[in-house]
Amino acid sequence: MKFTLSWLKAHLATDASLDGIVDALTRIGLEVEGVHNPGEALAAFRVARILTAERHPQADKLQVLSVDAGDGPLQVVCGAPNARAGLVGVFGAPGTYVPGADITLKVAAIRGVESNGMMCSARELQIGEGHDGIIELPESAPVGQSFADYAGLTDPVIDVSITPNRQDCMGVRGIARDLAAAGLGTLKPIAEAYPDGILSNSSVTPATAGGQTRDGSEGAAASASLNSRLRGNDGVEDVTGKSDAPDVRTETSACPAFYAQSVTGVTNGSAPDWMARRLTAIGQKPISALVDITNYVMIDLGRPLHVYDRAKLSGGLVARPARAGEEVVALNGKRYTLAEGMTVIADDVAVHDIGGIMGGEQSGVSEGTTDVLIECAYFEPEAIARTGQALALTSDARQRFERGVDPAFLDTGLAIATRLVLAICGGTPSAITRAGEPPLGTRSYAYDPVRAETLGGLAVAPERQRAILESLGFTVSDDWQVTPPSWRRDIDGTADIVEEVIRIEGIDKVEPVPLPRIPGVARPTATAEQRLERRVRRAAAARGLDEAVTWSFIAEAQAAPFGGGAFTLANPISEELKVMRPTLLAGLLSAAERNLRRGATGVRLFELGRRYLADGEHPTLGIVLAGDRTARGWRGGKATAFDPYDAKAEALALLAAAGAPVDNLQVMTEAGPAWHPGQSGTLRLGPKTILARFGMLHPALLKAFDLDGAVAAVELYLDALPAKRGSGFMRAPYAPPALQPVRRDFAFLVPQGLAADTLTRAIRGADKATIAGARVFDLFARDGETSMAVEVILLPGEKSFTEPELKAIADRIVAAAAKQGATLRG
Amino acid sequence: MTEDLNTLGEHILAAIAAAPGLDALDEVRVDALGKQGRVTQLLKTMGAMSAEERQSRGPAIHGLRERVTAAIAARKAALEQAALDARLAAETLDMTLPVDATPAGTVHPVSQVMDELAEIFADLGFAVATGPEIETDWHNFTALNIPETHPARAMHDTFYLADVDPAGDERETFRVLRTHTSPVQIRTMTGQPPPIRIIAPGRTYRSDSDATHTPMFHQVEGLVIDKGITLGHLKWTLQTFLKAFFERDDIVLRLRPSYFPFTEPSAEVDVGFSMVKGKRVIGGAEGWMEVLGSGMVHPKVIAACGLDPAEWQGFAFGCGIDRLAMLKYGMDDLRAFFDGDIRWLKHYGFASLDVPTLSGGVGVAA
Repeated sequence: MKFTLSWLKAHLATDASLDGIVDALTRIGLEVEGVHNPGEALAAFRVARILTAERHPQADKLQVLSVDAGDGPLQVVCGAPNARAGLVGVFGAPGTYVPGADITLKVAAIRGVESNGMMCSARELQIGEGHDGIIELPESAPVGQSFADYAGLTDPVIDVSITPNRQDCMGVRGIARDLAAAGLGTLKPIAEAYPDGILSNSSVTPATAGGQTRDGSEGAAASASLNSRLRGNDGVEDVTGKSDAPDVRTETSACPAFYAQSVTGVTNGSAPDWMARRLTAIGQKPISALVDITNYVMIDLGRPLHVYDRAKLSGGLVARPARAGEEVVALNGKRYTLAEGMTVIADDVAVHDIGGIMGGEQSGVSEGTTDVLIECAYFEPEAIARTGQALALTSDARQRFERGVDPAFLDTGLAIATRLVLAICGGTPSAITRAGEPPLGTRSYAYDPVRAETLGGLAVAPERQRAILESLGFTVSDDWQVTPPSWRRDIDGTADIVEEVIRIEGIDKVEPVPLPRIPGVARPTATAEQRLERRVRRAAAARGLDEAVTWSFIAEAQAAPFGGGAFTLANPISEELKVMRPTLLAGLLSAAERNLRRGATGVRLFELGRRYLADGEHPTLGIVLAGDRTARGWRGGKATAFDPYDAKAEALALLAAAGAPVDNLQVMTEAGPAWHPGQSGTLRLGPKTILARFGMLHPALLKAFDLDGAVAAVELYLDALPAKRGSGFMRAPYAPPALQPVRRDFAFLVPQGLAADTLTRAIRGADKATIAGARVFDLFARDGETSMAVEVILLPGEKSFTEPELKAIADRIVAAAAKQGATLRG
Repeated sequence: MTEDLNTLGEHILAAIAAAPGLDALDEVRVDALGKQGRVTQLLKTMGAMSAEERQSRGPAIHGLRERVTAAIAARKAALEQAALDARLAAETLDMTLPVDATPAGTVHPVSQVMDELAEIFADLGFAVATGPEIETDWHNFTALNIPETHPARAMHDTFYLADVDPAGDERETFRVLRTHTSPVQIRTMTGQPPPIRIIAPGRTYRSDSDATHTPMFHQVEGLVIDKGITLGHLKWTLQTFLKAFFERDDIVLRLRPSYFPFTEPSAEVDVGFSMVKGKRVIGGAEGWMEVLGSGMVHPKVIAACGLDPAEWQGFAFGCGIDRLAMLKYGMDDLRAFFDGDIRWLKHYGFASLDVPTLSGGVGVAA
């Protein structure tokens, strides 16, 4: 929400400085996003008169001017078609920066004639679009004066961010009211906020009798009394003409009130200078008097209006639910197809307005408009929000209606609009139609002033609270029944009233109060899941892996090899970020590819995050090992690549860190289509529970990620880990074996395809009481035979093994191995 | 005879001294002290001597044996030392050669800061709560006093899921990516009885992507529900947290009235900063930076969670974790947080041993 300082001061009588106002705005919750002084960039430009204009000797389209900018004649070469002797315009001297052209002027010869500066167009000064010719100022403009001063461009523009609850501050007047409540001055009556008494009775002399007023049949009496109350409050009276009130009605609860008045015989010229200047200053391009009046009232008072060209209407106007498929070309030039339930304003043949959001192009006013119908209606916020969302159409009107405009301001709003039209465009008003009734819904709350302290943490004297509330337009009864003003739809309950008091009194005055502390040393708070995540994270980092955080959403194609995404975004940022990841590996592979492309030789990345599957969100650890495992070196020779056993080592180490029973895990295949079928596996606790997948990724998958070399990976499923049982800190008693273990080596020739794990399990099973471990320590294949050497660790019991005992165990081991087809190598 | 002994002695000792190696020395030893050795022979002659003769010659012969034995031992030690010296000299390596690098891993700044937050708030009695990232409309919006037509819904740039029953029960149908961590407030209040003190860090999503916004980011939510909690407690909690987090005592807060549908009154919290080497550093009051959103939990939110707002009240706050990390550790590009560039991770990441503790400090010095 933008406005200028002088605009604000039209409503607020204040001595406060700009800084004081800016500070106060932020202090009371109207956050100032910026203050821009457009005059600063134009400080060097002066009002200048063209004394003479001669044809350039070398160029038909150029003229050689003699210009007086207050210091005597200067020779200037100019190409503008409207440059002529006597014209008063804007001059930039050499050394001046021209913002709209992004050049700094200097003395230069143009086609052989020296030019000492430039007469400027509106676009060159960024004060308008005009570039057909140079700016033409009135004859009376003072030559030599700063143009910015002359044109009033020194009026600072204040940009305030209005939170969605404060519709009342989507008008300059509302902001002025808040500032007045904050002690920054006093709020002037509305009529005084407009220049030249334009809203007071004397400025318009309509015929006051005769026209028949149409009042909504239901609420005629109520409206009339409301009207008189508001007249007293706002000091702007209706102007009622002789001709009949326009034929408008409402047939939808989404538009409970539709007030309208016609004015005939208008001239739709330009808006007056004061209005055009303020609109221009805040970036609203002046269009025509009628359009500018509606824009001005909307920004000034937060009251959206619409003006129809009566000549383009057939019959009366009705606010009604749209019929499915009805179309309208809105003022933005786009065609909208409406759905049932949206609200339109239509005549007998066509839709002319998407109610409360945007008018229609066809019945919009133009230069030739002579008879107009002014609409001042109330639209239900929820309906406006739904329609706006469905059409993806935002507008200044929608923003205000969906936040809820002041339902008690229809009469005054219409009166102001009509008076402005009459004063600026002339014409004769009709009587007024008031169809329907705005929902006043007055609410009041029993308020206890102590709440300012017991909720807001700030003790404010009750009388001070009363004064604050009243200055904001609330009424406060003697027994503290508080009634919010009609324009504060957001106030709903005592907490809101506390906020108003605290906000104006100064929320920054709230003193810190320590939270009660539970006695003693702080207790641990982390859950088992949180402790697990922390351990695994730091264990992974300790193992040399770098933690990455990648997007939770990936491309559909990336998800496919991992079972596909269970959740697809309806409105993704891009196709690359479209489905919720079923794997952490996709994001890590993309990151690995970027790293390798940037010249990294070895990439070890991990991520701890969630996978999103149809049955929920699963905490997961992903690891990707790409590029070189070790760099080439004088000790190790060539660089080595990652192999699946690196992945397995990471998986086991981190499962161990996570407290998983790694000795009891089964290694099985079938990691899935994303993996190298012969170089991957799963680590399972029992046949069903997969704790991790590990190994080399499938080359086809890597190709999709633009990765050339082999990549090892791990995916570890944290929520599949068995919960840690037991509690307390006491460990099992320490009981080292009395006797040293005995090691025996066995070399077997094994059949093709016998897994090492199968052999060592069989060996361990040969004598569970004494065999503490069996581990393959050598492996080679020759002439189609594989030799596996196994070290077996035997734990003696009470006594050392005797040779016959050892022999018996060895025999059992050989026999167990034989069952797997392994024979002792000779 | 004594002459002979002396001559023999000199001869043997000379041979010992001249022995070039251990083998040669052993030959000398055998020649002198072996079974047939010359000194051994002399010793053997003593058996046939008369007592007088033995008394006069015995000590000389024994003396000779001892001298020879000692000389051999000394020569042997010298030769061994020389051999060891020679071997060690031969074993000399170039100690300037590079060693194999062990890869050093890192913890992501977001994780580190989350651990820091958990540590600080644990001391204030806050537990860490979590919730789903794919949320229902009810938890993400409605229960937080953001009805369907509320302008704030549009302002949230929500990601919606496709193929979800649009008419599904808004309490049950998971159809949005949470736009903030605030739904964890709802899940906590509906899931456990007050008093409540939690923080809820986690991933959040908004369909916004430019230089300073990423479609995914991290937030931390704080919630206290109890009796008699006021805005004063909120201010103290935030001030205490920020002082602990930035490990500075000159943290100055400025509360500004603002609006969040789920708090009333609501306040934006600005934190004072000072300029150090052209960078904004938290602490001091040269300027203000918007860091947190906060307020007293809206009575409607408390009621929506089945609690009586006349009995229970409290405060909530929310803050960007990525932003906290940037303010504390000096990163200036949010997008880099999610790129996985190992150069960045190694630069801004943390060692596994940098576990935040209250006694060791929750921050890691540069």
